[in-house]
Amino acid sequence: MSAPGTIVSALPAQRIAGLDADFWRRVLIALAVMIAVLLPWAVSDYRVFQFTQAAIYAVALLGLNILTGYNGQISLGHGAFFAIGGYAAAILMHKLGVPYYLTIVPAGLAAFAVGVLFGLPALRLEGLYLALVTLSMAVATPQFLKYFDHWTGGSQGILLRKPAAPLWLPIGRDRWLYYQVLIVLLIAFWAGSNLLKSRTGRALVAIRDHPISAAAMGINLPLYKTCAFGVSALFTGIAGAMAAIVTGFVAPDSFNVFLSISFIVGSVVGGIATVSGAIFGGIFIQFIPNIANQISDAAPWAIYGMFLLGFMYVMPKGVAGFIKERAIRYRQARESADADEAR
Amino acid sequence: MTQLTQQILSGVATGAVYASLALALVMIYQATESVNFAQGEMAMFSTYIAWTLVQAGLPFWAAFLLTVLISFIGGVLIERVIVRPVHDAPVLTHVIVFIGLLVILNAVAGWIYTYTVKEFPSPFPSKPLFGGAITGHDLGVICVTLAMLMLLFAFFRFTPLGLAMRAAAQNPESAKLAGIRVGWMLAMGWGLAAAVGAVAGVMVAPVLFLDPNMMSGVLLYAFAGALLGGISSPGGAVLGGLIVGVLENLVGTYLIASELKLSTALAFIILVLVIKPSGLFGRVAIKRV
Repeated sequence: MSAPGTIVSALPAQRIAGLDADFWRRVLIALAVMIAVLLPWAVSDYRVFQFTQAAIYAVALLGLNILTGYNGQISLGHGAFFAIGGYAAAILMHKLGVPYYLTIVPAGLAAFAVGVLFGLPALRLEGLYLALVTLSMAVATPQFLKYFDHWTGGSQGILLRKPAAPLWLPIGRDRWLYYQVLIVLLIAFWAGSNLLKSRTGRALVAIRDHPISAAAMGINLPLYKTCAFGVSALFTGIAGAMAAIVTGFVAPDSFNVFLSISFIVGSVVGGIATVSGAIFGGIFIQFIPNIANQISDAAPWAIYGMFLLGFMYVMPKGVAGFIKERAIRYRQARESADADEAR
Repeated sequence: MTQLTQQILSGVATGAVYASLALALVMIYQATESVNFAQGEMAMFSTYIAWTLVQAGLPFWAAFLLTVLISFIGGVLIERVIVRPVHDAPVLTHVIVFIGLLVILNAVAGWIYTYTVKEFPSPFPSKPLFGGAITGHDLGVICVTLAMLMLLFAFFRFTPLGLAMRAAAQNPESAKLAGIRVGWMLAMGWGLAAAVGAVAGVMVAPVLFLDPNMMSGVLLYAFAGALLGGISSPGGAVLGGLIVGVLENLVGTYLIASELKLSTALAFIILVLVIKPSGLFGRVAIKRV
């Protein structure tokens, strides 16, 4: 929802209506946040729950985007990190009685640790080979979760109590959860976009675009690549923990291959290598299956597939990439018009 | 000992199916530099077509040949209609288009034929041969796959059309200058890959039974086989597929409960890849700086 913000940021030192582009960017972000804050009061409880889910997916996609979009390491298995976050939170709450809001950070850290460990063998693999390895990770996740049933509750999973809003707050449970997820989302996006704008972010992009030159410039490739894996897993793990808390339930079969595939789909459809794309992607993977279901009861997934193809034909660079391109074209048209006038 | 031979031979039979699908993946990869994730669902759809034809009363082998032909045309159409528009898009866009295709084929098959599991007839006698070392079906699968591989090899090696297709995949610009219609060659490549996949589907269906999700596991093993052998080498992909088939069977029989069979087989393959990142027979890609 902070989408248009990053577009303007791609046009530095640009003045619109006599004001700094950076100012407009902040206005757009503020506007998007305001819409996000007011949204629950405009829609039904069930829709609020769906938007909560979309926000959670957006955080997970941001993590995947850091790895696949900015660092160029493809992952078809981010559902595994989502599962680790979810199960870490569930086990902490269920077995150790930790309050739900304290489980998010440890769950993220657990995913971070696994991500770094996984990033080490991934250093030797590129492109398709990494795709296969991460895809196998996605396939193996439900099997592993069922196998270690002492901790994970086997195929039955773990049932959790959904947190209710405190008594002094006159809002329902769905809206209460929505706002908490929104706060985590804002922190995650703030941290993520700062990370990507920093020296580290530029190093990640340099590694993606030209690893040899990046190494020649003194970037420590193995360190950055494993860290990218870790940080990516951190975001996705945090999202997984929130998903466990919000749905109040974790089970192996909700972390199947399809989840991982949905993540990469959302990431590309939203716009790979953009921060705002994660939001569009989250909305896509939450709502498009529902819309497809409404269009055709008999073969909803065929409709979903057509949506995918349609999106890719019209916007090969994803929603965020599409908007960015439009904005640049508009600016160029404006500039040439101004130049004509000046002549 | 007899059990070991039995397991290895039945592994070779499943491996032959993986090898066919792995070969189909390599054919499309060589032409387009991306892996067709929908290959398994295309094979599944072909198998349903074969089932329909058999149900309609055609003799098995007539239905088989007709299915291969229909799949070839279907493959050409898919390339022309669905893949062509994103030809120049980034690799990840290809991946998403293939996933879209996968989802559509799966849903349409489920819609037309329902998700109930169907039995598929095997053209081969099911009784064990050679003192129980191998079943008739397994032997038949191995023979059919071998025949298909030899035909394909002869086609690519000895016919002008095969040469043109190889040229179009290897160096599109020069091929174009030599008067080869590269676009059509790519479409033909898709057609051939679909036909090879159809053979794999029909061969595996009597064992796995017919349902819209039957190929997801097979595709993963085929993908693993292709990468294990080296995605740049068709022969390697075939051998890789066979190795994966045998490995899967042995792991399932001797090492570990079948629920972790898939994970263990994949872990072995990953180990090999970590030691030898471009596969057993693949060329190491050397980048020019």
